[in-house]
Amino acid sequence: MTTQTLTERPSRSTLFDGLTRYIPIGATVALLIALYVGGVANYDNFDSPQVVAKLFIDNAPLLVIAIGMTFVILSGGIDLSVGSVMAFSTMACAWLTVDAGIAAPLALVIVLAFGTGWGLLIGAVIHYFNVQPFIATLVGLFLFRGLTLQVSDTDVSMREVEFWQWGMTHVDFFGKVKDGGFWLPYLSFVAFAVVIIAFVVLHYTRFGRSTYAVGGSEQSALLMGLPVARTKIGVYAISGFCAALAGILAAFATKSANPLANVGAELDAIAAVVIGGTLLTGGAGFVLGTLAGVMVWGMLNTLIAFQGNLSSWWARIVMGILLLAFILLQRVLARSGEKRRT
Amino acid sequence: MNAYAKRLMWPVLILVALIAVNIITTGIDFIVPSVNDDRLGGAFVNILRRSAPLLLIALGMTLVIATKGIDLSVGAVYAIGAAIACQMIIDSSDQTAAGLVFSAIAIALVVTAVIGAWNGVMVAYFGIQPIVATLILMIAGRGIAQLITGGQIPKVQDASPFTELGRGAFLTVPIPIWIAALVLVALALLTRRTALGMLLESVGGNPEASRLAGIRSKGITVLVYLVCGLCAGLAGLIGAANLGSADANNGGQWIELDAILAVVIGGTALLGGRFFLLGTTIGVVIIGTLEDTIINVGLSSQWQFTAKAIVVFVVALLQSPEFRGWFLKPFKRKPAAPATAPAEEAVAK
Amino acid sequence: MSDDPIVQMTGIRKDFTGVRALDGVDFTLRPGEIHAVMGENGAGKSTLIKVLTGVHTPDAGDILLDGKPVRFHSPGAAQAAGISTVYQEVNLTDNLSVAENLFAGREPRLGPFINFRAMRRKAKALLDDIGIDLNVAAPLSSYSIAMQQLVAISRAVDIEAKVLILDEPTSSLDRDEVEVLLGVMRRLAEKGTAMVFISHFLDQVYEICDRMTVLRNGTLVGEWATADLPQNELIGHMLGREAAALEQIERAAAAHHVADEEPLVKAQGLGRKGSIAPYDLDVRRGEVVGLAGLLGSGRTETVRLIAGADRADSGSLTFDGQSARGHNPRTAAARGIAFCPENRKTEGLVGDLTVAENMILALQASRGWARSIPVARRDKLVASFIEKLDIRPANPDMPVKNLSGGNQQKVLLARWMLIQPKLLILDEPTRGIDVGAKADIQRLVAELSAEGMAVLFVSAELDEVTRLSDRIAVLRDRELVAVLESEADMTTERIVDTIVSGGRAS
Repeated sequence: MTTQTLTERPSRSTLFDGLTRYIPIGATVALLIALYVGGVANYDNFDSPQVVAKLFIDNAPLLVIAIGMTFVILSGGIDLSVGSVMAFSTMACAWLTVDAGIAAPLALVIVLAFGTGWGLLIGAVIHYFNVQPFIATLVGLFLFRGLTLQVSDTDVSMREVEFWQWGMTHVDFFGKVKDGGFWLPYLSFVAFAVVIIAFVVLHYTRFGRSTYAVGGSEQSALLMGLPVARTKIGVYAISGFCAALAGILAAFATKSANPLANVGAELDAIAAVVIGGTLLTGGAGFVLGTLAGVMVWGMLNTLIAFQGNLSSWWARIVMGILLLAFILLQRVLARSGEKRRT
Repeated sequence: MNAYAKRLMWPVLILVALIAVNIITTGIDFIVPSVNDDRLGGAFVNILRRSAPLLLIALGMTLVIATKGIDLSVGAVYAIGAAIACQMIIDSSDQTAAGLVFSAIAIALVVTAVIGAWNGVMVAYFGIQPIVATLILMIAGRGIAQLITGGQIPKVQDASPFTELGRGAFLTVPIPIWIAALVLVALALLTRRTALGMLLESVGGNPEASRLAGIRSKGITVLVYLVCGLCAGLAGLIGAANLGSADANNGGQWIELDAILAVVIGGTALLGGRFFLLGTTIGVVIIGTLEDTIINVGLSSQWQFTAKAIVVFVVALLQSPEFRGWFLKPFKRKPAAPATAPAEEAVAK
Repeated sequence: MSDDPIVQMTGIRKDFTGVRALDGVDFTLRPGEIHAVMGENGAGKSTLIKVLTGVHTPDAGDILLDGKPVRFHSPGAAQAAGISTVYQEVNLTDNLSVAENLFAGREPRLGPFINFRAMRRKAKALLDDIGIDLNVAAPLSSYSIAMQQLVAISRAVDIEAKVLILDEPTSSLDRDEVEVLLGVMRRLAEKGTAMVFISHFLDQVYEICDRMTVLRNGTLVGEWATADLPQNELIGHMLGREAAALEQIERAAAAHHVADEEPLVKAQGLGRKGSIAPYDLDVRRGEVVGLAGLLGSGRTETVRLIAGADRADSGSLTFDGQSARGHNPRTAAARGIAFCPENRKTEGLVGDLTVAENMILALQASRGWARSIPVARRDKLVASFIEKLDIRPANPDMPVKNLSGGNQQKVLLARWMLIQPKLLILDEPTRGIDVGAKADIQRLVAELSAEGMAVLFVSAELDEVTRLSDRIAVLRDRELVAVLESEADMTTERIVDTIVSGGRAS
């Protein structure tokens, strides 16, 4: 029997490691601060707290689908259907409450159940039939855009239904905006709740840790006896739920349903997730990073709005450049980690 | 050649069935070309003319997919190509000058080829997954196109020879069809008369064996993405010339997804390896015909999204061995035979 | 060992699309014993283990666990029944922390939430018990592969396993780490855990195992108590003797007429960390140098450095009088080095391409994509090699994946003969192919060397190596231990002795 003890200090630095792990998200937060400071220095009224609060009003739906996307990407997959599912959910809200006259709370339940059910279905197809996530979710992108257009090819207003006023009902903090306070509508709180729940689920539950494990290596997770099927199907169900919820938030925010809304929202969500420090290949990343990624996106748009003479496409271009920078950064970090391996 | 014919059998059957449905609903005029003003017309010729940009992109995509890659940026590159050419033309004093139109086209093609090569470098030399590398331009590309057009939609005068690229005809055949056919033939010659096609299939089919056989896969990969970018740019030019304008936001919307769909329908597997340019061509015509069919059978045009979704779903499932195994199980004679692998082989043969 | 067996497998058969990996194999494991499963590549060890652990379902045969018939359909099910496995490749997820890897799927919880503090405490205690001191909160990726392997073993140990399977767990461990592992195994055996140990390190097997089961070509050779089976007999059982009487290949004593000429290949201190210790090796024109050694001894790694398939990190290689710097497969081919890798399917052939395309791949690669080989010339070349190598069916347009193993190997050989190499490297060219094709390939090797080609020939079959080679390099534990040169040394017995003694006795 041995009495010998082997000691090894953590040495190699890879993308998953201690400090290296925080480089991408650190860069995102630094960028966010730089954008904010730059805005404050250059524009009047940029230091109003409402500028920050507005990020969480305009981008609440994007934040929610990006959180769902974080789960999927962490598990090593991708979900292209979220933009269309979101648009369809908004349209379904309008149709159910305006045309069909169903009580709004019941409509919400129906829409959320639909989003989750879709996620379960496509997750099962991906897992059991080994269809690539890209292709399987592409089905959703086409299908729900088409179904949305079939319900209505023009805007549907929901102003007549009193229920939809609830989302933009707001709470003042520290007084009115003119007194240096800010306000947030209820729908922002829904988005915050999603962030917090997602954080807890990913970091403190078995399902969350399995998601990371499956994204790290599906084969290993299987051999370790983890519930791979449940995890993979679960993340798509979460993403579907989030997309439906985002559609509901959009209904609250605009009180109308546009059949061509949220085209390309899946790309914005993926970009926000990657800029938030999540590896597109899965296995590493943070929910709070996604929050930061969405805030960068919002802050870019805010800056462009303040500048006045710039157009909105600059946000897209900057987002692309950031995406490039982050992908190259992750690649460099991953390579330096590989090199140190013996 | 026998295997080749087998691969093409399903796409051809689907196309024939779609054409049959159209002939039943709208009469034989659907397929027979008419001649008005010395140019071919008729429903089917129009489908081909409309499908030309998609075909160009799908051909480039076929080569990329053969190397186990994918190019998501083609829709954005389409918009960039269109934006460059249209903006150059409307910026000049005489939009009808032939020299101007030629240089606008040339510059647009050079830029889109460079963009394609950039994608290839990211994939081959930086080792970034194709889906990630091309996602960057998918997101930023339309912004760049809008930057070029200043957020406006540049409208080219109808008198400019540029519009001929989309609307004109040569020897009665519409020019877009000529261009698409020439590119198809050129790519077929490039890949099948040289060894490029075989080396592509080798790299896509087994990268490690290709490396050990001494193939320069990096250069080949860059070349393929370059060709794909060039095709996308050319498609953008035809699309813009047809409309007489370049819409940076909506031009070529979802064309990357349609192109991938066409490639898959045409029998090229998304996992790389064997590719079929002719199959892709049939896939493109199927998609084009599907759009007409939906209207001709009396459904609203909104159904085309739904129809495409169903096609993607069916094709994806049919390509999944797991699905075939599960689906065919009830048809197998032996109840619960444990040897599933040999049985599957027997079905395949 | 009077106890009833804990695992009893009888008549296990497993087929993979036409290949019989296991044929009627029996295996018995008793509580508290450490039982080695021995065999060369393709003998069926891994398949047997995967059947037991639920990765594969057997096509025939019975498995009794504690006397009750079982059939596992997933590794999870086998784990739940008390069969736990550690694989050669670390099957953990290195993006999670050490503690999370130890307890993944069975984390201590408070309500629905993972209790990280308790998990780290338990992890610390578990590793202390085993004799490893790590920061359990650090990501697994920050530790060496060896330490990761020990973590994997700790995980398997902690799951209340009745049966613990260790599949080549020591291949990446150094001596101290191996000692820790063997210590853990002994303690577990005392507690009554039954263990299956697979290793190509004979010392370790003899040190720790009570019993051995030997497999060859998917069939059972026999089961022995370790004490009853000397090393050379074991090696004899593993490598076997060619049962079918292959015709004797007449080898002219080619090596000697060029003995003092400058060697074609001159490797000096060539090595790669973690794969093969630095070695010296010369190969002359017209000479066949065989590489012998057990599985995992570094045979493949040795030739891959010369082929440019892996990059050497020490030493120098001179080929044909010139220094081979920046050696890679493309430059190697340009210099005249041909390499048929061990694994035909994953590293050699492109399955979807046709026989003809696979044959001309290397020649075409050397010409670049733009200069296609003219169709007429190509057809002629392909037809001549199909005839010369007797490839069946003689259809150049058939996808190569539809050919039998022997014919696939001939296609691969043809690919390289087309570039007329100066050095031909063959890594296990005769593994898993039928006797006829085997004889064809052996005859071809003899012919090519007689024509002046140098050949490096790796084989697990000692008969084959001795019959074909002018000299034999013997490897053991990733080290080239001896080069047998004299006629008298070219016997299987001498090779086995050299492997057993590690080249030291002679």
